[in-house]
Amino acid sequence: MGLTLPDAEREQAEVSGVSPNWVTARLSDLVNWSRTRSLWPMPFGTACCAIEFMATAAGRYDISRFGMERQGFTPRQADVLICAGRLPFKLAPVIRRVWDQMPQPKWSISMGACASSGGIFDNYAMVQGIDTIIPVDVYVPGCPPRPEGLLYAIFLLQKKIQGESLTDQSLRVERTLGPDGLFRSPAVIDEISEPFGNSVHQTRSS
Amino acid sequence: MTNPAPSLSIAALRIRFGDAILRDRLSCGDSIVWVAAGRAHDILAWLRDDPGQGFDYLTDITAVEYRDGELPLEVVYQLRSLKRRADLRLKVELDQSAPLAVDSVCDLWTGANWLEREVFDMFGITFRNHPDLRRILMWETYAEGHPLRKSFPLRGHFSRSEQTRQALAANPEAHYSLEELSIAEAYRELPVEMRERLGRGQRGEVA
Repeated sequence: MGLTLPDAEREQAEVSGVSPNWVTARLSDLVNWSRTRSLWPMPFGTACCAIEFMATAAGRYDISRFGMERQGFTPRQADVLICAGRLPFKLAPVIRRVWDQMPQPKWSISMGACASSGGIFDNYAMVQGIDTIIPVDVYVPGCPPRPEGLLYAIFLLQKKIQGESLTDQSLRVERTLGPDGLFRSPAVIDEISEPFGNSVHQTRSS
Repeated sequence: MTNPAPSLSIAALRIRFGDAILRDRLSCGDSIVWVAAGRAHDILAWLRDDPGQGFDYLTDITAVEYRDGELPLEVVYQLRSLKRRADLRLKVELDQSAPLAVDSVCDLWTGANWLEREVFDMFGITFRNHPDLRRILMWETYAEGHPLRKSFPLRGHFSRSEQTRQALAANPEAHYSLEELSIAEAYRELPVEMRERLGRGQRGEVA
């Protein structure tokens, strides 16, 4: 087989309007495809989940296989914020600033029970879910999640990005803190932070 | 290895300080001695400086509040003599009816600085003559009180939304600045010989 088609086949292709030298695709499919394959992570590791993140990044699991080759450790050159571990209130303004520094388009993964809900740390020092501070795209359950769990979250995020529309500007709107200094309304934060699971028997007065 | 007998330091303390030594106890091989709050600094200084004692290393300072509200708070000093390989735990009782205050031991062990700040942050115990008594774990504008006190609710006093609002309003760089860590000051306090050596980029040698 040479690089050129036999005359007969070329004639056939021209007649049917299909050229072997051209591919047509929707622009958003193409852009989204390239975005899903070059998600640069910004690891925000605070606890044992970060150890599992390191395992995911290291040779055995190797998230580089999925386009996360470059871990910049700088929010200005990152696409995905991965909060791996519990978030104390003292770090809340830090992760908020890191998120604000990341350029659009950007996504975030909440890795592990503590980042997603406060986990076992239903106490005075801990944020009860980072979604009260920044928007979250994918939550990973586990304490800590195995590398397979984080990889699955990355696949889910890639799936989500593949379905995004380039013309939908609402996806790229910066969701900053409101005039009251909060990311969500106080009622929503209090509702999200309600005790659950093992902590239901604790009351605010105990 | 647990010691079967109380530390000999306790007998020496009784001879030296008499009534200021309130009582002592052997618990799991650890010698514990309770001393009068007003004399604690003198006693600790003697324990450090007396050649027969030589408690040159302050392992930890912490505090205890008991569930029974009648009982006093305790400030706990865990001492270690590196030379003698001996330990001693010293406790100071602080009555809850009076202001919670005890003399700082920063002048004896520089390492007491952050330990006392932590006790202040968590228990609200004031250390007199401390060079820099500020919160260390919670941020400086933290307004809910001292978290390890029994009167402090597990989830804090404020609602979650109010806690979130106050946390987000805090300036993170106020905590992690070079000024906070006092690196520059610590460098100036180094011995002249060491500063000169570090200036040349030469590292210390193991004796």
